[in-house]
This record gives sequence, C-alpha cells and structure tokens, in this order.
Amino acid sequence: MSAVPFELGLNTFGDVPTENGRTFTDAETVRLIVEEAKLAEAVGLDVFSVGEHYREGFVDSAGAVILAGIASVTDRIRLGTAVTVLSTNDPVRLYNEFSTLDALSGGRAQLVLGRASQTQSFPLFGYDLADYEALFEEKLELFMRLQRESPITWSGTVRAPLVDVTLHPTMRAGGIPTWIGVGGSPNSVIRAAQYGLPLMLAIIGGEPERFAGHVDLYFRALEQFGKPLQPVGQHSLGLVADTDDEAAETWWTSWKPMIEMMGKERGFYPPTRERYQSELLTGALFVGSPETVAQKIARMVRELRISRFDLKYDVPGLSRSARAHSIELLGTVVAPRVREILAEESVNV
Amino acid sequence: MSDVTVGILGAGKVGTVLGRLLLAAGYRVLIAGSGPVSRIELTIEVLVPGAVTATADVVARESDIVVLALPLGKYRSIPRSQLEGKLVIDAMNYWWEIDGIRDDLDDPRVSTSEIIQDFLPTSRVVKAFNHVGYHDLDAGPRPAGSVDRTAIGIAGDDDAGLARVAQLVDAVGFDPVPIGSLRDSISLQPGSSLFGANFTADAVRTAIDDFPATPRGQLVAATRAHESGGVADD
Repeated sequence: MSAVPFELGLNTFGDVPTENGRTFTDAETVRLIVEEAKLAEAVGLDVFSVGEHYREGFVDSAGAVILAGIASVTDRIRLGTAVTVLSTNDPVRLYNEFSTLDALSGGRAQLVLGRASQTQSFPLFGYDLADYEALFEEKLELFMRLQRESPITWSGTVRAPLVDVTLHPTMRAGGIPTWIGVGGSPNSVIRAAQYGLPLMLAIIGGEPERFAGHVDLYFRALEQFGKPLQPVGQHSLGLVADTDDEAAETWWTSWKPMIEMMGKERGFYPPTRERYQSELLTGALFVGSPETVAQKIARMVRELRISRFDLKYDVPGLSRSARAHSIELLGTVVAPRVREILAEESVNV
Repeated sequence: MSDVTVGILGAGKVGTVLGRLLLAAGYRVLIAGSGPVSRIELTIEVLVPGAVTATADVVARESDIVVLALPLGKYRSIPRSQLEGKLVIDAMNYWWEIDGIRDDLDDPRVSTSEIIQDFLPTSRVVKAFNHVGYHDLDAGPRPAGSVDRTAIGIAGDDDAGLARVAQLVDAVGFDPVPIGSLRDSISLQPGSSLFGANFTADAVRTAIDDFPATPRGQLVAATRAHESGGVADD
C-alpha cells in the first residue's frame, strides 16, 4: 500500500524558443530557462536538468552556470544534467563546479554522465571522436574516485597527474547522485552496473519497451558485481497540451524541421507524418493530453521498471507559452495522475 | 535451416538485435564482441539467449555465414584469414559519431562494402541489414506475404552469395530486395534516402530507381565520372 517512489523531472538542452513568431536571443533563452525551472518547482516537479550542447539553437553549453542561477531562485527542486559529456570534460573541473553547485543549492546537485547524441564538443575541445570510449572509461574512474577519496593521488593519460590532492569546496560525503546515461549500447549498461551507478535510459525513438532487456541486463549485472540495487530512469522528448490533437500539431511544427536538420547531418531519412503518428502512439515521443502522457509514463514504469522519468520539454522554435503550459500541466495534472495510476496498480497486484 | 551457423562479429546494438532475429528464425548463432569473451557473456545471456559467445577468431572460423556488425572504423580488426572463402554479410555503416571523421570511409567514389571486399579478397561480401534502423529491425520481422513487411536492400557481386543472403533475410522476417553490385551499395549508405527508412519492397525499389536523381546520387555519379577521366565507366 505504500506509495510507489516516483520522480518526474524536466530536461532542457537550452533550445531557443519563439514568441509570436519572434525568435528569442540566446541571452533571453538563458534567462527563460531559469524562469522555467522556477515554474517547475512551483508546480511540484522533482528535478530540473540541463544538457550540454555547442551549436546554434541551443544555449546549454555552460550548464553548471545556468544551474547556479536556478539554485539561487529555488529551494527544493533538485538540479542536474542531461547529460554531461564526460569524455570532453576535465573531471577535476567538473568536481569543482558540482561541489560548488551542491554547496550553493543546499545539497540539490546531481549529474547524469554520458556521451550525448551530439558530438560538437569533441572537435571544439580538441578530442578525437574515435577515442570516446577510452576517454569516458578513464574519466569516469577518476571522477568517481574524486567523489569518494580525498586526498587523491592519480595518474593516467587524460589529464595531468594528481599527487595528494584535495579539492575544494569539498563534495558532501560519498559524493552527489551520479547517473550514467545510456543510449542502447549493452556495454554502457554493464559499465553503469560495474560502478554501481543508477541508469538513465535515453529513449528518443522506436518502441521504448525494447529497452526492457537492457533493464534486465542492468539488474543482472548489478547482482553479478555485488552492487546494491539502483534506480533506473528514462529520458524522452515530448509536450503536454490540453488535447492530444493540439499537442501533436504543436510539437510536429517545431520537431519536424529539427529532425530534418539532424537527418541531413547524419545522412538518415527524416520521419514522415505517418511515422510521427506511430511514434506518438507506440513510440518514444511523449506528446499528448495530460491523460495520454500520464498513461504512457505509467506504462514505462511497468514495462521498464523506471522510478524516474525526465521529459525534455523543449525543441527549437517551440513557443514560450507552449513550453510554459506543458510544464504546468506536467506538474499539476500529469505527475499526480501518474502517481494515482501507480498507486491503483500496486493495490491491485 | 537449423544446421546453418551464423556468426556475428559485434555485440552492440545491431549485433544483439540481429542475433535475436537469427535465433528466432532457427539458425545457430555465434557472437563475438571486441574484448575478452567474458565481457559479453552476461549481455548475450540476457539479450540474445541461445546464442553462443566466442572469440572473433572462433566465430569467424566456425560459422557458415558471418555478419559484420562492428563499428566500420574498426574493420581492420576483422579476422581476415578465418574468413577465407566464406560468405560475409556487411551490416556496417560509416557513422562519424562513432568512427571519428574518416575521409577514407566517406568517399562517394567507393562504397564502404567495396572497402570491406578489398580487405577480405577471398570472401564473398554481401551488403545487407545496414539501412534499416536497429530498432526497426527489432520490431519489424513479419511473415512472408504480410502487406506491411519491411524490405531490406541487399547488394553483392556474387550471385550465389546474394541468393543465400536473400534467403536469410526472408527467413528472419524481411523482404530481400537485390539492388545491384557492391559498387551500387552506396545507394544504401548514409546520405541516401533509403538510409534509416522503413519501407516495403516496392518503396525500396522506387528509392533505388530515384537515387541517381537525388543530390547524393548526382554527387556519386559526378565524382565517379571524374575518377574515370570524365568517360562514363562500366
């Protein structure tokens, strides 16, 4: 009968919005994100997380700075990333930023570390994409040691050696919640389990249920490595509006040009409207009325055993008002409805 | 059918999906990852139950047909000598986000399957399973004759090999559509309208027919014509 623990969060990549046809400036967008995080807290959402991208139309390149701004105008909502591109970050700098954020926010900082589906940070900071795996592996090992050991002595290939170093401000004991973001690679799932870190599934296309095997794999691997049970979360894209039709139409208008642009860059075939409809119905887009989205999230809790769901609520060009309304509905209608469905199901089991 | 052993090199997103499909179709499946066998044992036990894990050398040697499902950029790690005389299915693509920027793999004059055939001169290489997304492969198998059956373009220079791969594609639940030679397989690669598309057989044929008129098709034709001194080859 006890309430099923479930967290609902928001993700932003700092997508630049429009208002009455006018595109926001980058600076306006940065300020809007802080306002949206305040709104997220006001409507009762649990987590607000910022991505890391380096391209036109996205202003989340300095996520820790945005999160610091949010920390200073909120009290309760937890502050995280979605995702931090660890391979091209310096683990020491990352520690410094997030121990500072954790201090500033009174213990609300957390992270999702991953690769991200965008890779502009590699050439920008002078890394070779082909080295991605090795960079991630070594930097993750160092970052987790930094959080758990002090002083630390370390040497490796990805940065200058550390000799008897203590970093300040010191992170809270045991470090901040650190999740591993994965996009479907079984090896990444195993790696998260090996470190005993919670798993964030980035599900951005196709039927989400196909990740059930990955969740099995994760739990089995935790057991095999002798690690305690950890939560599984899901990141997906979407929009909540008053009706299914309105949500579908509004999202399509902004999502289509973005996905066409991505298709051009990577050489894949952009989805048709028909395909989009099936993504809404059975796929990875959480676009619809509060009831539709709540039912779909509850289904994910059942099928994928997630206890956290993060909705990426922005897409370039989406209007400021549509974003705000989506956040409001998510907090005031979807979140309580998901918890209600889950409570009913736990009674019926 | 069950006496045919298919080996898969690559235990990632594509390799695990193909493994499940092949097992469901009754094939015996061997699979290898990039590291030690122990590294993929749990993954295969959970995601591809029924497949047998082994080193890449063993998988290549013991299999009748070998599917390449590793990152294309690592093709030089393929155990070439174990593949002598074998039928090899190339399911790989140049994906710069994984492989890094590689001009050698992104040359419109040469299909990446031609590069693989050059690297495996005594094997018979057939391109297949590369242009449909792995989650569509996972969700997409249908019995022969289904109206919404997803089609997979296949290409190769060896008729017997092509026929055998066509039979395998059909057995796992997709309509095989021969689209030409390995040289022609560039029309299945990233940048073509088929790449990432989930089409029926008729739509695949139409996309292949239309390819020369697309910007990508024109670029391929122009660079290939230039390569042969401005005189149309073939």
